[in-house]
Amino acid sequence: MKTSVTIAGVEFKNPVTTASGTFGSGMEYGKLIDLNRLGAVTTKGVANVPWAGNQTPRLAETYGGMLNAIGLQNPGIDVFIERDIPFLKQYDTKIIVNVCGRTTADYIEVVERLQDEPVDLLEINISCPNVKEGGIAFGQNARMVSEITADIKRHAKQPVIMKLSPNVTDIAEMARAAEEGGADAVSLINTLTGMKIDINKRAFVLANKTGGLSGPAVKPVALRMVYQVANAIKLPVIGMGGIATAEDALEFIMAGASMVAVGTANFFNPRATLDVIEGIGAYMGENQIEDIRELVGCVK
Amino acid sequence: MAEIKKITARIGEMDVLAPGICSMWIEETGFAGDAVPGQFISVYCDDKSRLLPRPISICEIDRTRGRLRIVFRIAGAGTKELSERKTGGMVQVMGPLGNGYRIDYCGGTIPQGEENQPILIGGGIGIPPLLALAQAIPQKKVAVLGYRDNKTFLKEDFEACGCKVVIATDDGSVGTKGNVIDAIRAQGVKGRMIYSCGPTPMQRGVKEYAAEQGIIAQLSLEERMACGIGACLGCVCKSVDVDEHSHVHNKRVCKDGPVFYAQEIEL
Repeated sequence: MKTSVTIAGVEFKNPVTTASGTFGSGMEYGKLIDLNRLGAVTTKGVANVPWAGNQTPRLAETYGGMLNAIGLQNPGIDVFIERDIPFLKQYDTKIIVNVCGRTTADYIEVVERLQDEPVDLLEINISCPNVKEGGIAFGQNARMVSEITADIKRHAKQPVIMKLSPNVTDIAEMARAAEEGGADAVSLINTLTGMKIDINKRAFVLANKTGGLSGPAVKPVALRMVYQVANAIKLPVIGMGGIATAEDALEFIMAGASMVAVGTANFFNPRATLDVIEGIGAYMGENQIEDIRELVGCVK
Repeated sequence: MAEIKKITARIGEMDVLAPGICSMWIEETGFAGDAVPGQFISVYCDDKSRLLPRPISICEIDRTRGRLRIVFRIAGAGTKELSERKTGGMVQVMGPLGNGYRIDYCGGTIPQGEENQPILIGGGIGIPPLLALAQAIPQKKVAVLGYRDNKTFLKEDFEACGCKVVIATDDGSVGTKGNVIDAIRAQGVKGRMIYSCGPTPMQRGVKEYAAEQGIIAQLSLEERMACGIGACLGCVCKSVDVDEHSHVHNKRVCKDGPVFYAQEIEL
């Protein structure tokens, strides 16, 4: 039984990674689960300089989901290179570094700093709904998606995954723009912009007023978008959005995702990634699937 | 730091201590022996529409029987669900989490004598973690407990472990009318180290009082959490200095806290 997948020439032992922002750089979850078993760890977004993020409250639970407005707090690329990459290199898993920025120059600076680092892929966050500049501003306009992809590709040594926002009218158009810009893969979805009001305080629950919705509640929307994108472009797709079980992951794979990411589920089940990996293996065994790739996009 | 375990444990005795204040013993956790006062656990709901664990401070640590007690306020649907659990049922928990209080005085033991006694200050649902602390401090100690009204809770438990108890109530129905600092001043409470837990306005008052008196204060903070282990950065507080992990002026309440020295943080 073959569970490995290849994206942009990088081979992953299995098609399961973590969704950026839910797993830090693996240091905390590494105390609860064996990181060697993951196909890859996708890190929390890192910028050229440290970012303090938003005010608290940054979190709100919603029915079957949660809103977050962390605001991409991160220690900056210097610390990341010095501390987080060596930590992850101890493990037999691939490293996908999520890169964030306020301007194109910010993204390029990070990508250049990572050129000689032992990371396998870069995931470019052009879809964070919680920062005012950069982030989603790049991800909601097809021309800008294409341009920033091309700019980053000129400076990146590692293959580039563009992480797409669901907060657009036509996500397939954004995926095509990333493909035109020279992306090696796309990942989706980032969170859906949402809101929660405390009726007793008559105030927004989040200090940022709005936040990104994630968790099981968003899964059907994410699945539909993965299907649309997988059918619109030739690039490999990394699917995510509410995946908590192997069944969820298999839906994304059948819709066309070559790889999947587990995000919010880590918060309520620290071994969610392992449960998904084990469950995919069990499904393949029960259904005599020799190679996971037989399942990718099998539902047309 | 002790290993963090996520387990399904049996629910022991359940109690209602005051309106909306519930007590739950969690049996055979397998990690009670590793827990220290001031740490908390993540408690998971059975209703899967409520994803996130509820971070609840540890109220008592029974090392011999390997069990933990939590006392929580019904603040929403999740804690309401927990309040309706029955003895003998099961509950998923993860712990022990966070750093806990440091029970020493500048690295040494707490000096004897009333002027050196630790002052434990709790406001409302911030009171429970101080009970585990009171039980772990052998010296003379005083607890200053703030309640809304005469529906007090855990007062007798503090007295049972040799703690002098001073009460403040918002409506003046018991003890000093006013807040915990009003009670400290009115009842002439003296001491050398403050341990506190409670709502942010109270913690601000405690921080100010400690600075005025020139005594050290350890404050346990509360914030909305998701992962509970330091990965998601949802529950940060403002730190005075650049934090060595985050490299910004933020500390993680769940991992670097929940207990901080007053001078480390901005409230």
